[in-house]
This record gives sequence, C-alpha cells and structure tokens, in this order.
Amino acid sequence: MHIPDGYLGPQTYVAAYAVAAPFWVIASRRINRTLRSRQVPMLALGAAFSFLIMMFNVPIPGGTTGHAVGAVLVAVLLGPWAACMAVSVALIVQAVLFGDGGITAIGANCLNMAVIMPFVGYGVYRLVSGRSEATSRRRWIGAAVGGYIGLNAAALATAIEFGIQPMLAHDAAGHALYAPYPLSVAVPVMAAEHLLIFGFVEAIVTGMVVAYLQRADASLLDRTPGKKVEA
Amino acid sequence: MKTSTKLWIGLIALVILSPLGLILPAKLGAGSAWGEWSADEIHKMAGCVPSGMSKISEIWKAPLPDYAFRGQEDSSLPALSFSYIVSGILGAAAVATLTILIGRVLARREHSDAP
Repeated sequence: MHIPDGYLGPQTYVAAYAVAAPFWVIASRRINRTLRSRQVPMLALGAAFSFLIMMFNVPIPGGTTGHAVGAVLVAVLLGPWAACMAVSVALIVQAVLFGDGGITAIGANCLNMAVIMPFVGYGVYRLVSGRSEATSRRRWIGAAVGGYIGLNAAALATAIEFGIQPMLAHDAAGHALYAPYPLSVAVPVMAAEHLLIFGFVEAIVTGMVVAYLQRADASLLDRTPGKKVEA
Repeated sequence: MKTSTKLWIGLIALVILSPLGLILPAKLGAGSAWGEWSADEIHKMAGCVPSGMSKISEIWKAPLPDYAFRGQEDSSLPALSFSYIVSGILGAAAVATLTILIGRVLARREHSDAP
C-alpha cells in the first residue's frame, strides 16, 4: 500500500501533503496535551511494531503481496492521534531509508495509513467494544474488526488515489503520465485483495496482540473517554 | 518480567522472523504489491513507462533500497535475508528513537517524572 514516487502526479501528492499536514499539527497538540511522558516508550514500541509488521509481506500465491500496518492496534492502546504520529514516523523512515513508499508520496501514504486507517479503525473499535471492561471479549473482537475495516479503508483511499491519475494527467494521445490504471481497475483489485486476504491478516494481528495484552496487563487497554489519558 | 520488557523482546523476535516476509513471497511466486511495481516491471506489464512516472520515480535514492544493500538487490535469498534483518534493526531503531525524541518534546510531564 506504499505508493512509490512517480505514481501520483504533483497535483495529487501536493494535495495529499496539504490534507495530511493539519493532522500532524493537531496530533502534536493532542499528544502535547494528553500523552503522559511515561507513555512515550509505549508510543515508541507501537511505532517500531508498525514498522516491523509492515516488513512481513504476505503473498497471494502467483499474485501480489500485502501486509498488516498495525495502525489500529496503536490507536486502541494510545488513541488515534498518537497512532497518527507513530505510524507517520514509521512511514517516513521507510520512505527515506528504504525507498518503501515515495518521498513525494509521504503525504498520501500517511493520509491513508496514518490518518484514515487509525481513525476509521479506532471508531469501529469503540463502536464494538462500547463501555465494556478492559478484559472483555468485546475489546479484542472490536480491535480485530477495527483492524479489518481500517486497513480496507486505507486500501480504498490508496486505490482511489491511483485510479484518478489517468483522468488527471495524460498526454495528447491519451496515455497516462503517472499511475496508468483507472478507478475501474484500481478499486476492484485493491478492494478484493484487502477484503479477502490482507484485511484478515490485520484483524488477526490486531486482535491477537490485544487479547495477549488483556491477559498480560489489561490496564494498558483502560483508556475510557472520561479519563484524560487520550492522546 | 515487566510487560514492556516482554513487548520489546517480541519486537526482537519480529526482527529475526522478518525474512519470512521476503522468503514466503519468493517461494510462492508472488510479485510486488499492487501499485508498487518498479519501472522495469511497469515496462514489462504495460509496454512502456508513463513519461511523468519515469521523471519522478528517480527523485530519491534510498540508502537501503527495498531493505537490501545498495547494488546487491539481486542477491540470493539468504544474502537478502541478512540485509533484511539488518534493515529491520536499523529501521526499528530509527523509528523508536525518532518517536521517543518527538514524545519527549511533546508529552506532558507528571509529578512522578520529576527528578
């Protein structure tokens, strides 16, 4: 899901930076106001986990690969704003050091995986888990469903960004200047592989880690809205 | 053992296992992720590289392209697995360090944190 350099034209990648930037600013403010300094190591753990889990490319035999992102997991533990920051750091390091995702596409990749994914996934998690106890089954189920839907939301956004390129920029003969596949190809392909396979990978990773933490230290999941620990 | 210690150990385990993310796709004949093809792959699929794409795609030369040592991207799987692990260590360390620095600057200090 890491858009490389050259797939998005300037008008798209500049716009994506412009949309992602306010989220980075607000995330900084929210973290400043609500994240406690003893939670910083957990934020670092979450960011490093996100970085590493994205290295586990899951193959579709004879086809493409995909991977989990971990954004919803971090959102469940530390809130969606903290997840936005943690996953953005992971994506920026991936782009700069490893060429995984383009430099010009950092805004778009952060928008998809560090904004849309954690916020959508966290919303679903809250919806499913409600006001249940930190040890409740509804927590890990909510996290798993949130992971599934969050990753699919990110994949859909990515597919739309790819798919609008032929419309936005083509030469006189109609050849696309950037990503060559239209919405009618990009959206069904990306949606199918994430709905059928990678979404479940994200769900299993997110649900399993949350279920483990419920047994190891359920207080980590105790961030009810009333308490001022949200970031 | 503290939960956070266990979680850091879990991350080390992920680093060691990370070559699975390289080996399984190779063994099962899975290529790039959809929409993440290199210029060569695009050329094979579409017959040409879109003109705008070829301009922007060379904008940045990553020091460890695709988690491999520069110039050795076509090495054998064991060699690539080694560079994958090294990349995992360097990348995770960079991500954790950056996040701690950002967190230190931003996070709210508590009384219990005072020296």
